[in-house]
Amino acid sequence: MSIAALSTQGLDKRFGSLVVASDINLVIPHGVRYALIGPNGAGKTTLINLITGMLRPDAGKILLGDADITAFKPDARVKRGLVRTFQINALFPHLNALEAVTLAVCERRGVAGEWWKPLRAHADAVEEAYGILASLMLAADCYRLTRELAYGQQRLLEIALALATRPKVLLLDEPAAGVPREESAELFAAIAGLSQDITVLFIEHDMDLVFRFASRIIVMVGGRILVEGTPQEIAGDARVREVYLGGDAP
Amino acid sequence: MGTRWHPIEYAFWASTLLPFLLFPNHLVLASQIAITALFALSLDLILGYAGIVSLGHAAFFGLGAYTAGIISKYGYGEPLIGLLVGPAVAGLAGYASSFIIARFRHLTLIMITMGLGFLLLEAANSAEWLTGGSDGLQGIRIGPILGRLRFDLWGYTAYAYSLTVLFLVFLVARRLINSPFGLALTGIRENPMRMPAIGAPSRSHIRTIYTISAIVAGIAGTVLAQTTSTVSLGVLDFQRSAEVVIILVLGGAGRLYGGLVGAIIFMVARDQFSGIAPQYWYFWIGALLVTVVMLLPNGILGGLAALTASWRGKAS
Ligand SMILES: Nc1ncnc2c1ncn2[C@@H]1O[C@H](COP(=O)(O)OP(=O)(O)OP(=O)(O)O)[C@@H](O)[C@H]1O
Ligand SMILES: [Mg+2]
Repeated sequence: MSIAALSTQGLDKRFGSLVVASDINLVIPHGVRYALIGPNGAGKTTLINLITGMLRPDAGKILLGDADITAFKPDARVKRGLVRTFQINALFPHLNALEAVTLAVCERRGVAGEWWKPLRAHADAVEEAYGILASLMLAADCYRLTRELAYGQQRLLEIALALATRPKVLLLDEPAAGVPREESAELFAAIAGLSQDITVLFIEHDMDLVFRFASRIIVMVGGRILVEGTPQEIAGDARVREVYLGGDAP
Repeated sequence: MGTRWHPIEYAFWASTLLPFLLFPNHLVLASQIAITALFALSLDLILGYAGIVSLGHAAFFGLGAYTAGIISKYGYGEPLIGLLVGPAVAGLAGYASSFIIARFRHLTLIMITMGLGFLLLEAANSAEWLTGGSDGLQGIRIGPILGRLRFDLWGYTAYAYSLTVLFLVFLVARRLINSPFGLALTGIRENPMRMPAIGAPSRSHIRTIYTISAIVAGIAGTVLAQTTSTVSLGVLDFQRSAEVVIILVLGGAGRLYGGLVGAIIFMVARDQFSGIAPQYWYFWIGALLVTVVMLLPNGILGGLAALTASWRGKAS
């Protein structure tokens, strides 16, 4: 029996009287490309916050492989390979792209606490960071301050930071949010090109992209998982049509 | 990520020797400037690099000063011994409080650091048997450095000693900010929310830099006690905590030299004003502060850097 890369058991979360996650049970196998879809306010970002430890669930468990990580701090989860990106850019405005990714590489290597050694002594960390930026077409602008990068490049840097941690499970919260349509396909091509060892779950509103890049789809509505299945199953599901595709959502 | 020395840096440090030649009558002031610069440097490590605001940093300055003064009463007047013990006590206090500091930010942090500063000031005030209370510490006996170099009335030894300590600490600080740890601190300043998401243990980083900063502040306090042979409650005063923030912001936080330049300007200006019209001193410092913060949000050094950048841009 192969163990799932990531699973949740009975996750619940409410904000006051608003139920944002209710009995969420997920089993995500190794190496798949999962899409998490659902209308605005369905609780998709909240679910990522729960899984990555940025929010505490009221009830339920989170397992990475067969390890129960429910009580782990966010940075400890990242160290174990559970990594996310943000729907709204969460970058380091006054670091250049190379510095930012080098920082993430140094943290992963456990050398970021070394204050007596110059960064120069870790040239290989800088090289690794450069390689990651190059793989996302950011090499030419790696010396520019993050805040001076074009918006689309900043979205790529979001992913570069996550990759620098060498994720086993990568949760992408609307990686193409705010990116023009032509560019978003390119961005998803980069995601599709990631190593098959990385399990990916992405949130996306554009159905074309979802159907092109996801091997399975989870549909969330009102804090619950409505249905989960292959793109064909989801496309043919009457409930999904009704609450999501059939509504005024795209 | 450059770590090579800029020619301006050589020039700056060479010019710190000028007072010996040009202003031999002002070496006492020069020594005070070096000590203030050291104190501002300690604040820069937390405020300028990691974005940790403190309005109670005099606590560590004062701990260093009192410790050095008190042990000198009991026969440990050798300055180099004080230079070990004073900062060690400040560092221990810094380490202990860093567990609280690392959990908070912004206004809460300002209130906590300020509150801890008040606590320590009151404690020193009431522990008269140890500190001499409001009369100041009596019976300080600072010996000559290494048993040879006596602190003279004109401040030769004092300035040489303060400047040497400042320079050595500066070298360490410069190394620190150019290290992977320095980069991590900048990450905390730039986006503390993102740090855990790249696997960074921000709180442990903050505890480390806060402890280091407390040690450096303790060194500054120690050197003040040793070079002046006086320690009073003023070393723990809120005013000292506030002034060092002003000095750093004036000079430019997060630039390593900002606190140094700020200290020179602030101390020289105060010295000049106290000769002319001391009662207006805070009026002018207020005016200077408002002007600099409005026109040069990154301080005087930030303004100079922007100026040379645009000048270079035009030239090329
Ligand atoms: N910290 C919070 N406190 C209170 N309510 C919150 C909080 N965070 C989210 N919510 C609410 O929870 C609900 C789910 O929000 P969430 O951000 O998870 O939705 P989403 O599915 O990601 O939506 P979108 O597609 O717009 O990004 C929303 O109604 C939101 O207003
Ligand atoms: Mg969302």
